[in-house]
Amino acid sequence: MKGLIRRVIDLYVEGFRSMTIGRSLWALIIIKLFIMFAILKLFFFPNMLNDKYDNDADRANAVATELIRR
Amino acid sequence: MNDLLGVVDWSRAQFALTAMYHWLFVPLTIGLSLMLAIMETIYVRTGKESWKGITKFWMTLFGINFACGVATGIILEFEFGTNWSNYSWFVGDIFGAPLAIEGLLAFFMEATFVAVMFFGWNKVSKRFHLASTWLTAVGVSLSALWILVANAWMQNPVGMAFDPDRMRNVMDNFWEVAFNSVAMNKFFHAVFSGWVLAGVFVIGISSWLLWRKRNVDAAVKSIKVGSWFGLIGMLLTLYTGDGSAVEVARVQPMKLAAMEGLYDGKVGQELIAFGIYNNEKKPGDDRDAMHFEISLPYGLSVLANHDPDSFVPGINDLINGIALTADGDTIDTVSYAERIEQGKSARAALARYGEARAAGDSTAMEMALADIRADYKYFGYGFFDSVEEAVPPVAMTFYAFRIMVMAGGYLMLLFVVLIIVCYKKIKVLERPWLHWVGILSIPIVWICSQAGWVVAEVGRQPWVIQDLMPTRAAVSAIQSSSVELTFWIFAVLFTLMLAAEISIMLRYISKASKNNIEQHD
Repeated sequence: MKGLIRRVIDLYVEGFRSMTIGRSLWALIIIKLFIMFAILKLFFFPNMLNDKYDNDADRANAVATELIRR
Repeated sequence: MNDLLGVVDWSRAQFALTAMYHWLFVPLTIGLSLMLAIMETIYVRTGKESWKGITKFWMTLFGINFACGVATGIILEFEFGTNWSNYSWFVGDIFGAPLAIEGLLAFFMEATFVAVMFFGWNKVSKRFHLASTWLTAVGVSLSALWILVANAWMQNPVGMAFDPDRMRNVMDNFWEVAFNSVAMNKFFHAVFSGWVLAGVFVIGISSWLLWRKRNVDAAVKSIKVGSWFGLIGMLLTLYTGDGSAVEVARVQPMKLAAMEGLYDGKVGQELIAFGIYNNEKKPGDDRDAMHFEISLPYGLSVLANHDPDSFVPGINDLINGIALTADGDTIDTVSYAERIEQGKSARAALARYGEARAAGDSTAMEMALADIRADYKYFGYGFFDSVEEAVPPVAMTFYAFRIMVMAGGYLMLLFVVLIIVCYKKIKVLERPWLHWVGILSIPIVWICSQAGWVVAEVGRQPWVIQDLMPTRAAVSAIQSSSVELTFWIFAVLFTLMLAAEISIMLRYISKASKNNIEQHD
């Protein structure tokens, strides 16, 4: 079992070490995820109902009000 | 009201932008992953090292596309919470469950097997590596399945009941949601169209290699695989497209009417092969819908009902309440004016239900609940003031459908010609004009793929959930300026991402093709 785990770890470690174009791609993925989660999600995309209301009953009421009045 | 329309328009534009950019990457991932599995299978079965090199070349391009496309879909989920909060709440777990399954599947299957696929060469056995490549392809398609199950539910909401206490639809039959007939057709149609796209992608890049006289042998082998793969994908796309047309005729007849620019249907309805739509045309007026048209007799009746003598309702027919039974017979059903009345009645009953609950009056609650249930089928129509509001943008749907079909026809011809050339007229593959046909087919297949989504999504407007929730009810109570700002942020970000992908791909193709791809290691 230990041997199998060691081999799996080695597969990933050696794979990451020997990457060529993969390094640029990982950099791209990390930059993208940072922009998405640390900037866009945090500053531009609040969850409207979760942020405004404390519980599901209030959220349901808010949506009901919107759907009745709109 | 004006700002509400601004929020609706900008939210729709933003969702369309992000979904369309996301869909630039996804079909290539779906199709190319399977083509890699096929190429690697040839390598394992024949033992020819050249196929290993070819597989690794296309696998690197798959990796670039995968890396650029991964997580672009998460932005759509951000938008649900911010721009479409009424919708997100209203659909409850029905939308969340398939997306959660998709997330888990994508993470575990793709993360595991993609790693073995890229890192496992010479470290695991040939057969284990091949199995990982196949499982990556299966995992990618299964991810798409759950997204399309969620999308299909919006087009044909089934397997749920509305709970006015929680103000959301609650899934009461998972299997009905999962095996929604619209979902099955949509899934296979989308996956097979991904095969077509990947086939053209491989043909296009191989054509460039031929044009530059680099790796000619690998390019010819790739064109053979790409052409067969693309042709099989195209035939299956046609077959599932036919199934989709029947489904659309059954569950979204207004979309079908918009696809055809058809206002007044008839028995033995022709299909417009090419036409110029009259933008002035409105439901109920006596203008001609087309300035010019070339039609195929009985075509639409055959497409919609598999019966040349069947009736296909047009926009005016549907507004007036003429519909089809499951057997294709015409019946008088609920007109759109009546649907609007019933929808308004359901909304009024919902208001009464809330008041009765606040007052603790259980009798009044029961009465209001019975009224909601009686008219809930047309709840969404209650947001309209006129029947015209329930008609999708006809011109865009009409032209997108024709672009998709014409581009599809061209691509089918391309595959057939290339197969003939590869096996019977190999010298023709040396002609530069054919190389350019292959290269220029790359943008055509993407236009075809995007046009398909325009038909599916613009054609179902104004609904977010068919008959239950229009876009104007689904958007959050937010300022349109904030959505406009994020629209432009996304436009810039996604364009940069696309430019990065194309640039990385081109540099890799240029560099790798200077060496012998077949000895690539």
